[in-house]
Amino acid sequence: MDIQGRKLIKIATAGSVDDGKSTLIGRLLYDTNSLTTDKIEAIERSSRQRGYDYLDFSLATDGLVAEREQGITIDVAHIYFSTNKTNFIIADTPGHVEYTRNMVTGASTSQVAIILIDARKGVIEQTYRHFFISNLLRISHVVVAVNKMDLVEYEEDVFLKIKADFDQLVAKSDFNEDQITFIPVSALKGENVTRPSEHMSWYVGNTLLDHLEVLEPEDLQQSNLARFPVQYVIRPKTEAYHDFRGFSGKLYGGKFQVGDAVTVLPSGNESRIKGIHFFDQELEEVAPGSSVVITLEDEVDCSRGDMIVKKGEEPRSEKILSATICQVNSKPLRVGQKYILQHGVNRVLAKVDHIEAKVHADFSGEEESEQLKLNDIGRVHFRLSKSIHMDSYQSNKSNGAFILIDEGTFDTVSVGFIEN
Amino acid sequence: MSNLFIPNPKEAESIHILREVAAQFERPVLLFSGGKDSITLVRLAQKAFFPAKIPFPLLHVDTGHNFPETIEFRDQLVEELGLELIVRKVQDSIDQGKVREERGRYASRNSLQTTTLLDAIEEFKFDACIGGARRDEEKARAKERVFSVRDDFGQWDEKNQRPELFDMLNGKIHVGQNVRVFPISNWTELDVWEYIRTEDIKIPSIYFAHKREVFFRDGLIWTANEHVFREDHEAVEERMVRFRTVGDMTCTAAVLSEATSLDDVVSEIRQSTISERGARIDDKRSEAAMETRKKVGYF
Repeated sequence: MDIQGRKLIKIATAGSVDDGKSTLIGRLLYDTNSLTTDKIEAIERSSRQRGYDYLDFSLATDGLVAEREQGITIDVAHIYFSTNKTNFIIADTPGHVEYTRNMVTGASTSQVAIILIDARKGVIEQTYRHFFISNLLRISHVVVAVNKMDLVEYEEDVFLKIKADFDQLVAKSDFNEDQITFIPVSALKGENVTRPSEHMSWYVGNTLLDHLEVLEPEDLQQSNLARFPVQYVIRPKTEAYHDFRGFSGKLYGGKFQVGDAVTVLPSGNESRIKGIHFFDQELEEVAPGSSVVITLEDEVDCSRGDMIVKKGEEPRSEKILSATICQVNSKPLRVGQKYILQHGVNRVLAKVDHIEAKVHADFSGEEESEQLKLNDIGRVHFRLSKSIHMDSYQSNKSNGAFILIDEGTFDTVSVGFIEN
Repeated sequence: MSNLFIPNPKEAESIHILREVAAQFERPVLLFSGGKDSITLVRLAQKAFFPAKIPFPLLHVDTGHNFPETIEFRDQLVEELGLELIVRKVQDSIDQGKVREERGRYASRNSLQTTTLLDAIEEFKFDACIGGARRDEEKARAKERVFSVRDDFGQWDEKNQRPELFDMLNGKIHVGQNVRVFPISNWTELDVWEYIRTEDIKIPSIYFAHKREVFFRDGLIWTANEHVFREDHEAVEERMVRFRTVGDMTCTAAVLSEATSLDDVVSEIRQSTISERGARIDDKRSEAAMETRKKVGYF
């Protein structure tokens, strides 16, 4: 539950230039009364200045000066709106050249992806890529919004043709059919966004907003083994807490309960959970996503970067690693290069051993490559300075992903998804 | 029957971020304005490190034009929680000739704060400055990272930001660089108010409706006070008002309100049709005002 007792759903949006993505988001904000009077006035003013005879909702989301000049979104923007039942966070990612980097970034924190398709253009190469990334990141649910239906006379056949084309992509992916929903919309006219369309009586499904509201965050979460990476050791050294030594962190995957038998990695020491603390409360059992402090029965060696897991559920610890890499920096990844690898909160050094292949981000196969450039995706093998305690991304998202940090610039240059 | 604790995802995320700051940086500081967002940050920091104390000091950049209620509140909070407070004054930057006081109708010390802040960062060698900015406040802030790297001059390069993937935070920086950290990036104004209500957090009295001498200009309500420039024809009247943000007196407009309790305030915000920064005079200067100020190091 969110702060206000509503559920929280995180969404990434993807579309090509001119698919009307900003208009769709602006429409969602407008129709849910999430735009305030002063923002609507600003939109009216800007729309007038540009000589439009309609409200340009895309102005509600396009934030930076450079974008307003070019009329395109250039980075990931976060947008917030809510209904009575649900709080939403949208990570709005741009549709042009740098889309891979930006969409991967936006999708990494999202449970749902909305992929926009222009009804006049149908499934295009960009659509393949957006869906490929949704598949790579194992997004829980994809909504295919076929937009600009008003420009194709609201024809059902157009919609069905696009759905059939898209279904061929679904067959190439790891998604099940029930993870994908198709909705015909007109963002500009507000058809099937928050109100059912009179022009498309042939469509019997939910409007986009209704559909997003019926998704349950619990269903969108993976149920996993408990992983507790230690962020920071809490030692108050005060009178009242003289011997207190707590391990703070966020619990991913399963649950933790007082009394659970645990293993501390990398030492392999075993103990039991003595207490679970959250501010002034002592908790009995905590659900995934809890940022808490744990104390153990025994004095075991444990510090930042170590991981507490349930006994018998240990992840594999290895000094070699195979992963799918997405390059998010203009400096290419090459064989022999060294990086700082950050896996959760743990950092080790990593060396690129071998680039197995560059993968085409449109389901069309792969090729040999000496390097991975910005926005490239590839399968890469690494050697590590120390073992890390990893799961595959497929079995545990939080413990199966990492970033690579350039040793010189300290920029985040790659994101990796650990393979089986 | 279940004693299962279900976390509030936004609170858990903020706590995670604060712990990363303590772990990844040598000299973090929490920028404290006395406003509701920085007060919320203090509570989140308490939760992140309890039963230990908050492991970094608070820094208040004092414009000299703060509401006295805010300063009083600040000193009480610091005393109660046993926090370390550093105060640096814009007046000192003016006296040292580093910045020049603005004159006239819209004179404000708001933009002068940047210099005082950057000087304090240099003086104390802070490498991480934690702030209460939220992405929902303003559209240029919608693109801000949680860890936002600033160069030696405090500048923000919005086109060259590090991508932030999952909840992995990269705080690696070079000497002279520092990071601005925004733990409540994903909170909305309503989230903050609901949290303050649920947690029963104390806030300065000016957030609640009270009688105040004000005058009207450009459709906004200004505090009538020696620090705020007022033309002779701008008549002063007493009205029931409250503030939605707490900034410098010269750039924070009041709203007419009867909301005297947290419940009243929350229901007022729910129904409100003016966004929070709509009552900030500093953003009205131009459509791109916030982005321009951020580039030169404004918070």
